[in-house]
Amino acid sequence: MSVELEFIQVFLNNIKLKRKRGLNMKDWMGKIRTLSLFSFLVIILSACGKDNLTALVPKGYGAEQSFNVIIISILVMIVVFVVVMAIYVYVILKYRQRKGQEDQIPKQTEGNKTLEVVWTVIPILLLIIIAVPTIASTYDLADESEKEDSINVNVTGLQFWWNFEYPNEEIQTSQELYIPVNERIYLNMMSSDVIHSFWVPSITGKMDVSPENENTMYIEAYEEGVYWGKCTEFCGDSHSLMDFKIVAVSQEEYDQWVDAMQSTDPEYTAESATAQEGQELFENSCISCHAIDASSNHPVVGPNLADFANRTKVAGINDFSKEEIVRWIVDPAEVKPGNGMLDAPYLEENTIGQAEAEKIADFLLELKATDEPVDSVQQFRENEANDN
Amino acid sequence: MSTMVATNKKGFGATLWDYLTTVDHKKIAILYLVAGGFFFIIGGLEALAIRWQLVKPMNDFVSAGFYNELITMHGTTMIFLAAMPLIFAFMNAVVPLQIGARDVAFPFLNSLGFWLFLFGGIMLNVGWFTGGAADAGWTAYAPLSTTSLGEGVDYYVLGLQISGAGTLIGGINFLVTIVNMRAPGMTYMRMPLFTWTAFVASALILFAFPALTVGLFLMMFDRLFGAGFFDPAMGGNSVIWQHLFWIFGHPEVYILALPAFGIFSEIISTFSKKRLFGYTAMVFATVLIGFLGFMVWAHHMFTVGMGPAANSIFAVATMAIAVPTGIKIFNWLFTLWGGNIQINTPMLWALGFIPTFTLGGMTGVMVAAASADFQYHDTYFVVAHFHYVIVGGVVFALLAGTHYWWPKMFGTVLDDKLGKVTFWLFFVGFHLTFFIQHFLGLMGMPRRYWVYLEGQGLDLGNLISTIGAFLMGIGTIVLLINIIKTSVKNEKVSGDPWDARTLEWAIPSPPPFYNFKQLPLVRGLDPLWVEKTEGRKGMTPAEPLTDIHMPNNSFLPFVMSLGLFIAGFGFIYQKYDLSWLIVLFIGMGITLGCMLIRSVKDDLGYHIHKEDLKKEAEE
Repeated sequence: MSVELEFIQVFLNNIKLKRKRGLNMKDWMGKIRTLSLFSFLVIILSACGKDNLTALVPKGYGAEQSFNVIIISILVMIVVFVVVMAIYVYVILKYRQRKGQEDQIPKQTEGNKTLEVVWTVIPILLLIIIAVPTIASTYDLADESEKEDSINVNVTGLQFWWNFEYPNEEIQTSQELYIPVNERIYLNMMSSDVIHSFWVPSITGKMDVSPENENTMYIEAYEEGVYWGKCTEFCGDSHSLMDFKIVAVSQEEYDQWVDAMQSTDPEYTAESATAQEGQELFENSCISCHAIDASSNHPVVGPNLADFANRTKVAGINDFSKEEIVRWIVDPAEVKPGNGMLDAPYLEENTIGQAEAEKIADFLLELKATDEPVDSVQQFRENEANDN
Repeated sequence: MSTMVATNKKGFGATLWDYLTTVDHKKIAILYLVAGGFFFIIGGLEALAIRWQLVKPMNDFVSAGFYNELITMHGTTMIFLAAMPLIFAFMNAVVPLQIGARDVAFPFLNSLGFWLFLFGGIMLNVGWFTGGAADAGWTAYAPLSTTSLGEGVDYYVLGLQISGAGTLIGGINFLVTIVNMRAPGMTYMRMPLFTWTAFVASALILFAFPALTVGLFLMMFDRLFGAGFFDPAMGGNSVIWQHLFWIFGHPEVYILALPAFGIFSEIISTFSKKRLFGYTAMVFATVLIGFLGFMVWAHHMFTVGMGPAANSIFAVATMAIAVPTGIKIFNWLFTLWGGNIQINTPMLWALGFIPTFTLGGMTGVMVAAASADFQYHDTYFVVAHFHYVIVGGVVFALLAGTHYWWPKMFGTVLDDKLGKVTFWLFFVGFHLTFFIQHFLGLMGMPRRYWVYLEGQGLDLGNLISTIGAFLMGIGTIVLLINIIKTSVKNEKVSGDPWDARTLEWAIPSPPPFYNFKQLPLVRGLDPLWVEKTEGRKGMTPAEPLTDIHMPNNSFLPFVMSLGLFIAGFGFIYQKYDLSWLIVLFIGMGITLGCMLIRSVKDDLGYHIHKEDLKKEAEE
């Protein structure tokens, strides 16, 4: 019982703390961390999964808040499970019918009021242990007090990709959400077709992206890196392929990236000969949906391709290579069934084959806001190449 | 009376006609069992196809569109067409017997309820043959469902509407039956726990299913008649569907789980040879769970953006349900405590259920914590959680009940060795399949994913999960073999093969069609046990031998349901071609015509004369 007592004490302290200086789970979580069972659990859980995808190794504020509640509830539940299983194993071993006992009639007990009270009251106490931090963190994660002074991003979910518009910076990008580390970013999210849900397990829990109500949540990444994002509301054929990334960079890199995006050129002219041919094809077949500069004035039709050459993945899921770009252009249905590009006239008219697609790919590979991708993206591409 | 003699020798045609027209709760129970079992196998095959698709990353066993149909139909089939009717099978087979009644209150409606369910279930599956079944998930969230192409979702809407009407009728029937038809001395606080749970579940049906009915009507108008209830572009709101669906959907969990608890309460008590520990607490826990079950629907919607106040309220309300559920678990454990525990197949299922369901309840509290649920929601963690509850709770109970009440329904006992083989295959397979899914979810695998990418650390977990699923499949095959073997052997047993405690065991197996020759006098909880402890062999009658009033068979319920089934096609295809309205009118005409016939034609039933009953006893 000492574990629970300590929990209760910690919570009482926490409530006092909260009164003094607002919510902060980190302080008392630090205390609990010293408990051996807790650290044991954390070690086991952190062995699970890919470290820029799993919710079990939180690398951001929301994920950490959720993780703390997850751990508290697992611990309480383990206590319950151990008690139940102890009684369970005991009664089966002790009272199992043995040979010759078939006709024995045990005493017919009606019940026991004291016991009923015990197993009503103790669970209520255990639930309070879970409920208090749950409510605290639920309110904390809905806090919008810093929205005005923070970076805001308007997130649009579409079948089956994501658009990120930075209204104050007047830029937009797709599939990859660049944010500075250790900074609160407010996301204002809406869908333009069916319901989607924005989930980056390492950074934050999920929030639905609905066609009628704008949902707001904030995110904060603790470490630089590229983190996998997944759509978690069933949205059609390529629901499972609607991946995106959060690219968390240093404040300095972020500022450079914003500057570079702001100066992407809508009138860009390709350099190499094949890319120039590609650009011509692009302007005939692609430009009505895909912009090549990052201006937020472009309507959200198809993914914005500014800075395309610095992407982590092709179509959000495939390794970043020219072959994959070509494969996507030639047969988008193969890569993402049911995606919006299947309505593109070039597919019906059959105007773009392997050769043309390669030229377009050459052109796209020239679309870069900065000469090199940021460090995290380079690192991510290398890791992904090794993993597969 | 000639009918009694005639039941012995009948050809296939006559037997078929008998089942098509029967209003006998025991035969309707068999119909529910067969139909529910059939859909359970269909849903199981869909599950195996899903698991085979996920056996390795980026698999291409099925296409994305077909996969979405598989998951949608797996969920819909298992909940509405397997679990519900199988629960109804046992309610029909057992509840009237447990309360000492000769049938349910409305035998005609009982039959109508079954045929509506069956035709609704068939309608749901017609989509497979007309270009694609429903593909918007079993929850059918708008706008994905309202904009889904083809007729798949239309079949979902109309099929569920028809079978839902059947369920509602069944629920009302059992409420009235339990309130009005208890034998003399069977007070509420002497009712067996299975009857209690059936009673509360029926009340839940009464209040929960109308929400689904309304939701389905709105969706039908959106899809078939151009309304915009869920379309934001037309001023509608898609979140309303989610509320309506879950106001039905969460109580639905308890509609399934409470009777499951009831089944286990009977089994644990019988095979511990002890009265249920804390009977009163168990009854109040059941009622409390039923009540709280209506207060928590929005915990399915923590990520919708309802705000922290709503999320917190629903989180705490949900956690509260853990308290009465815990009361139940401990009372079962203390029923075992001090007992003489006989471990046969039904008891093995009950013993397997306790730790499994405890895990399901624990993850239930975990997902109730709103801020933690932001991580669990719509991932394999949730998939694992609700399979622990629905399979570990409900399916285990249905399999336990099948073995426990098989002798009462068919007069034979299922083979215990094969039963144990089924249990171990299914139990081990179940935990292999679903335990690892908790981790898959937290490792970043959302649910309803047709494929998962390579190199995301999800391969091993999915492989293990698929292996487990196939073990469950093999377990089910062993059960089918067991049923065939037992039926072929056809070794009849006595009315009370388990030395049990409740009224259904006081009469022969299977019971005569009028159940009780004389209504029994109930003198306490576990009435048969009370008589046994006082040295009597059977129940004391509460009335002299008199004529028994019985209802006539009727073909009308079948035809009424068929009419709605036909009308369903008219509703769907008029969206392409208005001449299909003729089909709609024909179908509705058939149903309304049958209702008219039923209303104007007196059907007073018939009497079994006491002389015949005496003669039968002498034979």
